Amino acid sequence: MKTITLAHGNGGQENNELISKVFYKAFKNDILEKSEDAAVIHNGELAFSTDSFTVSPLFFPGADIGKLAVCGTCNDLAMMGAKPKYLTCSVIIEEGFDVRSLEKIVRSMKKELEVNGAMVVSGDTKVVPKGSVDKIFINTTGIGEIQKKGISSNSVTDKDVIIVSRDIGAHGATIFAAREGIDMKSNLQSDCASLYPQVKALLDANIKITALRDATRGGVSAVLNEWAKQSDICVEVDEDKIPISDEVNGICELLGFEAMALANEGTFVLAIAEEDAEKALEILKQTNETASIIGKVTDQYVGRVVLNSAWGTKRFLELPTGELLPRIC
Amino acid sequence: MSELQLKDLYDGFRDPDTMKAFKKIIDEDAKKLEHPINIMEVCGGHTHTIMKYGIPQLLPDNINFVHGPGCPVCIMPKERIDHAYVLSMQEDVILVTLGDMIKVPGSNGSLQDARSKGADVRFIYSPLDCLKICADNPTKKIIFFAIGFETTTPMTAALIDTVIKQDIKNIYFHINHVTVPEVMRELIDSRDEHVDSYNHQIDAFLGPSHVSVISGSKIYEEFPRDYKKPVVVAGFEPVDVMQSISMIVKQFIENRCELEIEYKRLVSYDGNIKAQELIEKYFEKINLFKWRGLGNIKDSGLKLRDEYSAYDAEVIYKDILPIAEIEDHKLCICGDILRGMASPPECTIFGTACKPNTPIGSCMVSSEGACAAYYKYGNLL
Repeated sequence: MKTITLAHGNGGQENNELISKVFYKAFKNDILEKSEDAAVIHNGELAFSTDSFTVSPLFFPGADIGKLAVCGTCNDLAMMGAKPKYLTCSVIIEEGFDVRSLEKIVRSMKKELEVNGAMVVSGDTKVVPKGSVDKIFINTTGIGEIQKKGISSNSVTDKDVIIVSRDIGAHGATIFAAREGIDMKSNLQSDCASLYPQVKALLDANIKITALRDATRGGVSAVLNEWAKQSDICVEVDEDKIPISDEVNGICELLGFEAMALANEGTFVLAIAEEDAEKALEILKQTNETASIIGKVTDQYVGRVVLNSAWGTKRFLELPTGELLPRIC
Repeated sequence: MSELQLKDLYDGFRDPDTMKAFKKIIDEDAKKLEHPINIMEVCGGHTHTIMKYGIPQLLPDNINFVHGPGCPVCIMPKERIDHAYVLSMQEDVILVTLGDMIKVPGSNGSLQDARSKGADVRFIYSPLDCLKICADNPTKKIIFFAIGFETTTPMTAALIDTVIKQDIKNIYFHINHVTVPEVMRELIDSRDEHVDSYNHQIDAFLGPSHVSVISGSKIYEEFPRDYKKPVVVAGFEPVDVMQSISMIVKQFIENRCELEIEYKRLVSYDGNIKAQELIEKYFEKINLFKWRGLGNIKDSGLKLRDEYSAYDAEVIYKDILPIAEIEDHKLCICGDILRGMASPPECTIFGTACKPNTPIGSCMVSSEGACAAYYKYGNLL
């Protein structure tokens, strides 16, 4: 690792390398090293997380950078079983940026804060010369009140089953199709959504939740690989149980991507005690019919994720690597 | 009638029951084989399918795959990548290429590295997308670094055709198109020299899918006829591959040696004549093209015809393009892998020094490369 390339921001291997070799090395402490979606602080009562947002295009089918910026941080809190409460909002704006677009972005943020029952309580703005940033970057940091203690990526066991909350890869596929240089039209919409309402429904029903993680960059594949390593388990997934929409599948077929590695912004993976799995599934299906139990936890290959095909073959599902590039032919 | 959906095109070809049925047929037929057979899948797309869907796990011990050289990124020698790097570093140049190409390391680094140093490097999905880049950047020179086998050549030809018809002045072409039959011939011909040290005979070929859509199956006629190697042109889906293997096995047990098409829904004997004419109009064979790991292969590459040299980046930028020959990395055995004489795990640096995010050899770069496919999917085998 001599210079930073786009691959270092992919949510996969290179990204992990950057974080562990540069940031963890300097900031090392017990809370950070738990590598959870949000840090658990204050005697396990509060969840604390931050995220910066840059996306091109700024407005895309299903959401925009504003909605993304609120969902992203609030979802990280929700994944620790926390109710999002207070957010900070910090924006870096490129000189020449259209005020109307800025207002539109802020309106989306406001709307999404309401969904979470959270508020922005502190903020900062910087304007930089043209070319210094790509239009607008937004950082949000949030604090949430933990509703149920002990939800952690480090404690998944073979008593859990693995569930995804809806069909996967919609955000990644939408952004790729909307990007300049890829001339493609589709009805795809980003899955961008706040997840706290679903988490609350699960908590209210007393579901035994072991771990939750929203499958952002690196997709479901990254989540499962991280769990396999953090909890010293093997995750076995049945390929034909993974919910993938026809649109996402179509884009994957054309461009040579794997839906499991595509980013999501409103889709989460759950490790739920087996006896509660069906009940949890029922609750998730009230938000999205496609929620599905996709796999189980075993000790077959500890630290790895195994994908079982419908015809009896298997392969490892690796942590995504490199920059997402379309295939050649 | 309901509208045709994309999934209709592949759903049936990933059907578990059909996969299992073919496994049964192959298992039965393979018992009648007199000797084990090694099937080379020429095309990297097939290597990807075979590894992704775990096809070797479904086959009996006496049927093996030998992975071939059909990955356009993998076979690109460092000399050509260095050309792309140098061109991308020119002021006022936007270097445009296809997907994975930007990851392949040359002697100064990859195009991704060039981009992080400030070069304007872009990847596109369709070569015709260059037209928009040309229109949006009238003061820049667009250089299209064209790569690929017969599949992508017509797209480059269509781009040149449009550029000439619309009289677009700010685009040049660096052509790296290569052809399949020449390298297949080279693999068989060169085998005698190497075969003592390896035990990877080629007994039959799986013919490439999309190459054959363009060129027709006629380009493989010589292999059963002159070299006694059966060829079955196969589709890219797992059922296609299983059916094609079954067809090859049947040829052996019935003592036939033929050219057959499994991928009938898209491949004909003659292929896409219009695309072939377009290629013929703009391109001619070059005497020698250097393949990474394989060396110079006669008549295996294309260049722009002389009358279009005003668009040829190799002519226009002749003075700055490096010409020195570069040796491949000493420990990397991509050459043997591309020849089908070694499989990736036989390489001492496979998965250790050489990984998809730090590739040393080109086979580790592209998702169609044998090493990348083994790394990604193959570790259970």
